[in-house]
Amino acid sequence: MYVAVKGGEKAIENSHAFLAEVRRGPADVPALALEQIEGQLGLAVDRVMAEASLYDRRLAALAIRQAQGDLVEAAFLLRAYRTTLPRFGASLPLDTAVMAVERRVSATYKDLPGGQVLGPTYDYTHRLLDFSLEAGGETAAAPRAEAPLDAAMPHVSSLLAGEGLMRPEAPDDGREPVDITRDPPRFPADRSARLQALARGDEGFVLAMGYSTQRGYGGAHPFAGEIRYGAVTVELVPEELGFPIELGEIMVTECEMVNQFKGSRTEKPQFTRGYGLVFGHGERKAMGMALVDRALMAAELGEEAVHPAQDHEFVLSHCDNVESSGFVQHLKLPHYVDFQSELELIRRLRAEAEERLAETRREAAE
Amino acid sequence: MTPATTPDAAYNEGYLDEQTKRMIRRALLKAVAIPGYQVPFASREMPLAYGWGTGGMQVTAAVLGQGDVLKVIDQGADDTTNAVSIRRFFTRVSGVRTTERTAEATVIQTRHRIPEEPLRAHQIIVYQVPQPEPLRKLEPRETESRRMHALADYGLMHVKLYEDIARHGRITLSYDYPVLVGGRYIMAPSPIPSFDNPKMDNSPALQLFGAGREKRIYAIPPHTSVRSLDFEDHPFHPWRATSCCDLCGAEDSYLDEVVIDDRGGRMFVCSDTDWCGQRRDAGHRGRLAGHALARKETA
Repeated sequence: MYVAVKGGEKAIENSHAFLAEVRRGPADVPALALEQIEGQLGLAVDRVMAEASLYDRRLAALAIRQAQGDLVEAAFLLRAYRTTLPRFGASLPLDTAVMAVERRVSATYKDLPGGQVLGPTYDYTHRLLDFSLEAGGETAAAPRAEAPLDAAMPHVSSLLAGEGLMRPEAPDDGREPVDITRDPPRFPADRSARLQALARGDEGFVLAMGYSTQRGYGGAHPFAGEIRYGAVTVELVPEELGFPIELGEIMVTECEMVNQFKGSRTEKPQFTRGYGLVFGHGERKAMGMALVDRALMAAELGEEAVHPAQDHEFVLSHCDNVESSGFVQHLKLPHYVDFQSELELIRRLRAEAEERLAETRREAAE
Repeated sequence: MTPATTPDAAYNEGYLDEQTKRMIRRALLKAVAIPGYQVPFASREMPLAYGWGTGGMQVTAAVLGQGDVLKVIDQGADDTTNAVSIRRFFTRVSGVRTTERTAEATVIQTRHRIPEEPLRAHQIIVYQVPQPEPLRKLEPRETESRRMHALADYGLMHVKLYEDIARHGRITLSYDYPVLVGGRYIMAPSPIPSFDNPKMDNSPALQLFGAGREKRIYAIPPHTSVRSLDFEDHPFHPWRATSCCDLCGAEDSYLDEVVIDDRGGRMFVCSDTDWCGQRRDAGHRGRLAGHALARKETA
């Protein structure tokens, strides 16, 4: 019976206690240490940091443990914490051209300055369950290269731009970028707002939207120009100093998709760029983001915007999993007041329909 | 009334930081100045899921002062789990006094109901709003619905209501029934039953609406006309179950239907638990007075 939702404070307290017990699991198994989550479930930590838009590995690990491994719930925990933090400034733009790469691949050139760097990837693994890991087997250290990587790793897009084949990005007009955590959404959305929303958007949603553009719902002809993952330096110019200081390094994944553009009345045929950047190692997300970013440019490029992935409102209003998870699950809250009014209405409508039918039958009989 | 307590020192009073409260208050002032207009605001993540009252909580946090007495209801009841959860949240982060008595409260946060007891001047009622846009189901695009509001281009809504009548003989909206505020803006009253709509009209209380996920705030200042949309030949009618409360015998309150067995047994009880309790205290008795549902939770 739905009145079970009444029950108040005691029931809530008991539920919380039960949850804590379930979360901890069997007491005879040691509790997970945050270092274990950070060190051995690193990609989960990365996803939580990306969707929470807060770069803090330890807090993300804490959120994962607290959420029993539910990554969407963990991202929510971290977001709710993030909103309480004071803002003391905005960093300078990251310079990903000087990233200390761990991985860098291009699908458009066989070789290129800086080379292809495979790094740690699941791409060419056979997806066979490795039963040697079942017993917690230790792994031998990976071999190290004899020479360091090239310091210069120019972006593929800059090579194309050098030839004039890549559509240049809009020049900096000096306006502050939108901050989607501080400004209410406006449509059509500014590119800065789009990229922010996609960067923290749900990986599954962004991936599916990107996928849809490849399957005919978006007319994309993308090439993975470049995907790179590595460390970049975050710099800040404190007002009182007036020059940049280094705050530290963060790991990011960047994807530049190269897309065909047939040109318009005012522009020659050229390539266009879809851009993806996420915290941590998240190539699936970064690639999906780059596809959707390009699809959302349709209107600006004079292309017909008819597919879901090209629709600013559709994509940006639905990509956030903290929002969608909350609203879908709010259906669990009691709705008996509105349901009661629907009950009354449907009974009245049925009674009236019944009357009309009876009337018709009477008339037919006469 | 519970006494004031010391707020949790780990958080700013009322949870939100002062800058955020100022931002929300500015949005509220604009909302009061343009009754029924949806003011975009930079909604924050709250430690409660979207759809569970984050908009209402942000508005409450922004207006709550130390002298206030807070009442929180969900479905008209003070003891539903989400109401309890929100009330506990504010006790923890603001230390404010709380009450279940409508008359004692200075701020009432509500989901899906307006209390039966008429609100007074200097009371503030804060509605939790899941979908602030009354035109959303007719026009999903924000760009388009904002234009329609700007031009008071409400033909689509009137056609919808007309089509209801043509097809079903009546308007088939029973909750979140759209209203015209101050003769200008069509507004979603949040999913209150249409039974409650008349209580909004010319109310002496200040009515504030917060939609966190959709990032909108709107308001009805005291003594503002709020008209439920209708037609001359199909006037608005605030429906309720044609029964009386089985606990307190009230004949004019909004009722919840409770299934009491698997043989079709039903009972009706006031959805407003404070109203029902006060009537029972005053000696009113319904058909099933003394039923287990009337028992208060003992802590």
